[in-house]
Amino acid sequence: MNLPPFQTLVDEHSRPLHRFLCGMVGRDAADDCLQETLLAGLRSYGRLRDTRNLRGWLFTIAHRKGIDYLRKRSKEQPFASVPDQPSEPEDVRDAELWRRVARLPEKQRAAVTLRYLGDLAYADVATVMAISEPAARQNVRAGLASLRKDYR
Amino acid sequence: MSDLAERITKLRHPSEDRAVRRFARRAFTEGTAEVAFGSLPSPIGDLTALVTRRGLLALAFDTDDLDEAMMSVTRKVSPAIVRLPSAVGSVRSWLDAYFGGRPVPPLRLDRSLITPFQDRVLAATAGIPLGEVRTYGQVAALAGNPKAARATGRALGANPIPIVLPCHRVVAADGALHGYAGGLDRKRLLLDHERETMPRR
Repeated sequence: MNLPPFQTLVDEHSRPLHRFLCGMVGRDAADDCLQETLLAGLRSYGRLRDTRNLRGWLFTIAHRKGIDYLRKRSKEQPFASVPDQPSEPEDVRDAELWRRVARLPEKQRAAVTLRYLGDLAYADVATVMAISEPAARQNVRAGLASLRKDYR
Repeated sequence: MSDLAERITKLRHPSEDRAVRRFARRAFTEGTAEVAFGSLPSPIGDLTALVTRRGLLALAFDTDDLDEAMMSVTRKVSPAIVRLPSAVGSVRSWLDAYFGGRPVPPLRLDRSLITPFQDRVLAATAGIPLGEVRTYGQVAALAGNPKAARATGRALGANPIPIVLPCHRVVAADGALHGYAGGLDRKRLLLDHERETMPRR
């Protein structure tokens, strides 16, 4: 089996993984979730059987870490459902959109962020979320519709 | 793609660098990453050091040499490799002393990429005094097999830790430099440097 050095995966996928996690759990938690994702990936890397879709494999781990984090947080702080978002004053419009993405229902948020922040194909969005491809498309459409409703 | 979707793809986001650096440090400290690497400047060009917790595993010259070293480490040691410049500090100190013409500090080596025969050959080169050279035949004899000049040449050519294990001190019987993984220019520079600094050590 020919695995590339793990750093190759880190170089290639850290950025989209981090973007996805920023949308999913917010900026502060995204750093921790990315660390946990890469560590978990590295721990099982040597035993990996199917090496055809390493990007999808890493996103599956990241999605799970993100969900775990959200579950834990909602248990600890039941009312803090909207994650902190980056709010650089120079980019108010961006900050506003980050906030709106963060308020999407979990499944729509996952689908939209995997697709447009993680830059995944629908087939991979479906694999990561363990749903069908039509369901993945439906969640992305619904997510965009919710965003558009109060956003011009 | 809708305007909105396009705006999401173009959202600016904070850098992931800090999280990635923390991951690498944690992974190497707790042993999840078996190999760490970092780039080190030197008078003969940037070098990349690959280390394990046991010591220096490989030292590579430029892109081609580095790709080859990465592949060999991935296959023979582990693919659990991360970039962690702080892990190669002891190699940096060694190289600074060497290129500064000062006595070098002790440096732990990981010999996982070195075969038993190669180990004898490289030990023989380590015994060549600074500023001097030996021929392939002489080194083969020192390694216990005077007839194995060719095998000795191959063992030296595949030296995973050049400079530190001084395979550059071995030349052809007629005095020609013969060959070097980092190129003959580098071999010449290393030998010139050693001749110049030798008397003061």
